[in-house]
Amino acid sequence: MTKTTGLDERSLYLRRQVMKGLASTGKGHVGSAFSLIEIIRVLYDDVLRFNPREPHWPERDRCILSPGHGCLALYAVLADKLFFSADELSSFVQLDSRLGGCSESTVPGVEATTGSLGHGFSVGVGMALAARIQRRDSRVYVIVGDGELGEGSNWEAAMCASKHKLSNLTVIVDDNKVQCSGPTHRVSNFGSLAEKFTSFGFLAQEVDGHDLNALKRVFQGVPYDVGRPSAVICHTVMSKGLPFAENDAEWHWKSNLDQEMFVKMHAALVTG
Amino acid sequence: MQSACLKMIYELAKKDPRVVFIGTDNAPGLLSDMQADMPDRFFMEGTWEANLIGLASGLSADGFIPFILNHATFITRRGYEQILLDSCLQKRPVVLIGSGGGVATAHLGPTHTAIEDMAIMRTIPGMTVIAPCDADEVTRIMPLILDWPASVYLRLAKYGKPIVSRPEPTAEIGKAILMRNATTQGRGVLIVSTGAMTHRALAAAELLSKQEVDCTVLHFHTVKPLDQPTLIREARQARLLVTIEEHIFTGGLGSACLEVLADNMSARELPDIYRIALADEFVQNYGSQDALLEKFEMQPIGLAGRIARRIAQTAR
Repeated sequence: MTKTTGLDERSLYLRRQVMKGLASTGKGHVGSAFSLIEIIRVLYDDVLRFNPREPHWPERDRCILSPGHGCLALYAVLADKLFFSADELSSFVQLDSRLGGCSESTVPGVEATTGSLGHGFSVGVGMALAARIQRRDSRVYVIVGDGELGEGSNWEAAMCASKHKLSNLTVIVDDNKVQCSGPTHRVSNFGSLAEKFTSFGFLAQEVDGHDLNALKRVFQGVPYDVGRPSAVICHTVMSKGLPFAENDAEWHWKSNLDQEMFVKMHAALVTG
Repeated sequence: MQSACLKMIYELAKKDPRVVFIGTDNAPGLLSDMQADMPDRFFMEGTWEANLIGLASGLSADGFIPFILNHATFITRRGYEQILLDSCLQKRPVVLIGSGGGVATAHLGPTHTAIEDMAIMRTIPGMTVIAPCDADEVTRIMPLILDWPASVYLRLAKYGKPIVSRPEPTAEIGKAILMRNATTQGRGVLIVSTGAMTHRALAAAELLSKQEVDCTVLHFHTVKPLDQPTLIREARQARLLVTIEEHIFTGGLGSACLEVLADNMSARELPDIYRIALADEFVQNYGSQDALLEKFEMQPIGLAGRIARRIAQTAR
């Protein structure tokens, strides 16, 4: 575990896997990928039911990453779970790679193509309804970004999920508090997201989005109420693990990562 | 047309457990029989229209065939990006039923005239655009959609009558239907139409026949994918090709025909081409669909007159 960031070796390892993707062309959405790691790690390590040898296994749980630009975190975990070879991370956004800059359902393990914000939530509502009709006990987890919640379609989906009492649906907010142009409270000013989801008929919990035990407890605890969808507001740190980049909107997207910077980033991502 | 369509959804749902109906705050009691018989596959939803397309794509991902009903304006515009990304890009087919295509509900003003709907649906890669000519054709086409691999925009006209379609033993999506065959020899007039303009085109052809203008009428219930071989074959035999549609000039049937003809025929082979469509402007009149089409010279008498004038112009 590092003294400065408090991340354990597995979290550091997964971030170094993200770095393989970033190193491919020196481009990527660093901030979201690094704020998402613990959320996605805990889901795939401790919560979701899946089979990497049969990605479309009907009985699986569904996990949708709606802010598709954070895909390197998902790709790092999916590769770690053997949905595809970790070597592929080094081809990220190259001409003939199947790993593009936003998550796509053509990649094994990815449930929905996202990247234009405000899409994953509704698709997740449909998948949760499908599970109900087909009498499956599959659960649906949709990760949304805090900045993404400015898209009105999310709130349409929230009303719809609530109307249908989708207790098999959990919305997880990666509340890293920074969006592309600056702090979310200045750009969008949502107020309390827990209160918003509660008013839309969800039962909401708040958690430290980098605390592995807390994440495990809240994700495994759903549904929190019979007949209500669940929301988990994960308080995260943008670019978590890179002290020089944390909470800095300049690190939402990077297109000019050079060798010197990679050395600096790697140095932050080793145990010591 | 809508009542025939709804009846067919219920019939299809009885036979195929994949069929799901999603309404968008439609009239009370709509499809109440299906709601009573199979409540888990009947959804009457609120006006969260963008959400509904994403939701339907989620259902499609797990093997369902969602039929979504909304007005033609709203179903094509409000969830456009969801249609494009959640459904078509990911090959998760949904069936978009747009009621009131064209100027059917112009009495409600320009917010309710679906005059560019086929154009915006046609530009989406992989989307299928179907505009049946009458209620019987709706009934014949809908079962074919179940095994069609792509999303479908089904544009419904206001009325299902008059019935001009015939039971086609080989009816298929993407295949044009010869509704009227000119009997005279030589290169004649070919009228190409879609949707509820086909019965008007047939009536116009009858009027023209009394002026000794013999017309072939080709009905494209499927505007995309367009039946290119049939269009090219018939166009090679025509001296005048007229396209008729209740849609603006941009991007609809006429545009689709021009694209195919330009790509496949030489200047020497091409017939004279005359497009009849709505002007490239918002409809600012109210009144009934019939009254508006008459004003735009798109009822049979107006169509016949325009075609006769075109023939006279090109003969000079």
